[in-house]
Amino acid sequence: MTSSKLDAKIPDGTLEQKWTKYRSTVPLVNPANKRSLEVIIVGSGLAGASAAASLAELGYKVKVFCFQDSPRRAHSIAAQGGINAAKNYQNDGDSTYRLFYDTIKGGDYRAREGNVYRLAEVSANIIDQCVAQGVPFAREYGGMLDNRSFGGTQVKRTFYAAGQTGQQLLLGAYSALQRQIGLGQVEMFTRHEMLDIVNIDGKCRGIIARDLVSGKLERHFGHAVLLCSGGYGNVFYLSTNAMGSNVTAAWKAHKKGAFFGNPCFTQIHPTCIPVSGDHQSKLTLMSESLRNDGRIWVPMRKEDAAAIRSGKLNPNDLKEDDRDYFLERRYPAFGNLVPRDVASRAAKERCDAGFGVNQTGEAVYLDFAFNTKYKYGKKEATKRSIANPTEAQLKELGQVVVKEQYGNLFNMYQQITGVNPYENPMMIYPAVHYTMGGLWVDYNLMTTVPGLYALGEANFSDHGANRLGASALMQGLADGYFVVPYTVGNYLSKEISVKPIDTNHEAFVAAENETKSRLEKLMNIKGTKSVDYFHKRLGKIMWNECGMARSTAGLTKAISDIQALRAAFWNDVRVPGDINEFNPELEKAGRVADFLELGELMCKDALDRNESCGGHFREEYQTEEGEALRDDQNYNYVAAWEQLTNGDWELHKEVLNYENIKIAQRSYK
Amino acid sequence: MSGDMNVTLKVWRQKNNNDRGRFETYPVQGVSPDMSFLEMFDILNERLITEGKEPVAFDHDCREGICGMCSMFINGRPHGPLQGVTTCQLHMRSFKNNDTIVVEPWRAKAFPVVKDLAVNRSAFDRVMSSGGFISINTGNAQDANSTPIGKDDADMAFAAATCIGCGACVAACKNASAMLFVSAKVSQFALLPQGQPERKQRVLNMVAQMDAEGFGSCTNTGACEAECPKGISISNIARMNRDFIGTQLSMQKV
Repeated sequence: MTSSKLDAKIPDGTLEQKWTKYRSTVPLVNPANKRSLEVIIVGSGLAGASAAASLAELGYKVKVFCFQDSPRRAHSIAAQGGINAAKNYQNDGDSTYRLFYDTIKGGDYRAREGNVYRLAEVSANIIDQCVAQGVPFAREYGGMLDNRSFGGTQVKRTFYAAGQTGQQLLLGAYSALQRQIGLGQVEMFTRHEMLDIVNIDGKCRGIIARDLVSGKLERHFGHAVLLCSGGYGNVFYLSTNAMGSNVTAAWKAHKKGAFFGNPCFTQIHPTCIPVSGDHQSKLTLMSESLRNDGRIWVPMRKEDAAAIRSGKLNPNDLKEDDRDYFLERRYPAFGNLVPRDVASRAAKERCDAGFGVNQTGEAVYLDFAFNTKYKYGKKEATKRSIANPTEAQLKELGQVVVKEQYGNLFNMYQQITGVNPYENPMMIYPAVHYTMGGLWVDYNLMTTVPGLYALGEANFSDHGANRLGASALMQGLADGYFVVPYTVGNYLSKEISVKPIDTNHEAFVAAENETKSRLEKLMNIKGTKSVDYFHKRLGKIMWNECGMARSTAGLTKAISDIQALRAAFWNDVRVPGDINEFNPELEKAGRVADFLELGELMCKDALDRNESCGGHFREEYQTEEGEALRDDQNYNYVAAWEQLTNGDWELHKEVLNYENIKIAQRSYK
Repeated sequence: MSGDMNVTLKVWRQKNNNDRGRFETYPVQGVSPDMSFLEMFDILNERLITEGKEPVAFDHDCREGICGMCSMFINGRPHGPLQGVTTCQLHMRSFKNNDTIVVEPWRAKAFPVVKDLAVNRSAFDRVMSSGGFISINTGNAQDANSTPIGKDDADMAFAAATCIGCGACVAACKNASAMLFVSAKVSQFALLPQGQPERKQRVLNMVAQMDAEGFGSCTNTGACEAECPKGISISNIARMNRDFIGTQLSMQKV
């Protein structure tokens, strides 16, 4: 039974009618009233910038906050591969329904049908909007848009701009945002961090933000507040997220009444550059598009793996028969293009069994040699009418094509590792990349706090237990450009007579005092260890016990370890500098303090979910072949956690109803 | 400690914009050649914190060369000795054991220092607000494939659009000119059909705002192109100049 505290507010009607009907019947706000309604947006990535621009264009008064020095720096900028849209430009059988179906299946049947269908429906509008803004997507010679394929689908529906799609989409949304700033419709607050929300009479009415340059706390009123603050992958310390990516905005909202949905659903991306040493501060992704042409393997024999690890054997010298292309072996139908969760687990399984190929034993090969020579080299030789090309000729011809397609990624690999990937197979290993979990929201993207919304990666809504590649950009822009402009109007239409609340209201004063005393507490610990010291330890606990494989014993231990680490943090952390100045260490301290609470909830959620699904793999629940074993009978629900006043959590369940899709065992074999 | 390299850093320290600032010297031991330049700073900061001193403030975020936030002026060159690389993607294997490395913030009137190595680049945002966009509200767009765009034009627009807004061009220029940054955005839109309706007004507005922010003039030394981590071409400046002059001659102001 769905908890009485959770109402997803999915509109009635068939799947195809729900959003159309909603848009046509939703209450509106007239233009004169929009001018007196204020909206606060926290975060300036794809979701935040697109929402800010769209709402400002409608006439609302908007304030946007970001912690970076410019809204253009938000981490959406780093997305590489592409953005999905059901345009069917390739005439290969794509449709709104198929994108919807692929997303639900890819998410291992743990997402809401209504939300996902709407996402698929508006996906085509996103591409139109971005092209109109001047986003330079890749094109074919005839001048039409090009597409590429991504994991977990059988159609080509991914639009891209080289390996920098996120950058181009974000700069499009940023341009639209800057235009509204120039017109005075948006007031921008850079180098500002939201540190609390302010609730008055049961509704969210504003935020407390810290000016990161002066250190001053500020109070800001809004008729509605939109959190577009991204995901929380940095709870693992090492991840592909930016250094500043954090959970603080979402976590403060959680502590003030917003339920947290599926916190344990984390995406581990299979192709990242492996950890090279203790000094490492972040991990770098190698785009999923590389799996189109790279073949993933480890040696067939353990002694060969050991010889490679000790530098006695060059992988290029290992014979074809002595290599184990384990994805092609285990999943012949999808091969190297299985979804991310499946590919990551398979790599871990081989490394755990002793077949890893770098010094730490935690790396597998992503090898372009075969396709360089026999796919591209042969094609080029044929084009040039070279009858019997030598191996060296094939390699040379093929490398030109590989460079054209993946040049920037190969350069990045060489820059980071010092190894030339044209001559040697790349070493890769799974790393934390994205969080499907986030603040629980209803169909309107409103959290359990009235007037408080969550968009993009900050909410839990569309990707279930595993996100498909090129779908994060789609969701961020769908939420901001095409969903929230309607749904926030629905709420604000009832707020037109509410005058802006004076920020001297006691609720604002109390929230500011609370924030101030927490900052002072952090400064006054004056312990002996840096913030990073604690963050690294938290990351190790999370990665070992709440990462790619989870177990009852491990999670139970992790919870007590995190509690102990949190106590040690509040006793012994050292935050240098002053409170009233630019102080990056103080910013970090606040964020890590929140991660130390979130980590516990993630483990609790993982422990509660006695099944394996998508990125959540409980060792106790697997098939004989080691595949994830779902339990639809007992766990076909969204776990929404409410924080209680004593700091503990209560679980509320939103049961997922599949009316259009038949739930089945996911198979990529 | 994870490596055996030792380096000496001379780092610009400046408490805030009112402080005069000075160089401080820090030896850093145990550096691994596989470390990024910023990870080497992480080690230094970790040590300063445990010694009870103030860590060095510097801007950084994605650490994969795309957000444009990192901004160190290393041995007299923005983003250090390599070409086509941001500071976060610069690794210690590009230096030798016992090297002395001088690290400063971007130096430009339009980029005031916030603290130590962090500067305020909001001038770039204001230039963008003055015209770095196509005025199309959400929902107005026609089908994305209704206007074919030749691959060459699309590729050239993309090349201009890859600017990360880091400000290395300004830091490299003896005049602290922002022409490469501004011309990259002007060019991206000038090369696309979507950018044509506002093409003339855009270039006038963006150049006017650029001047108002206090950036210097362009004297064609080409330092910006040489130091740009994304290889943005100086030919964009030529294109912008053509558009600017042509617009001034042809536009009728009534």
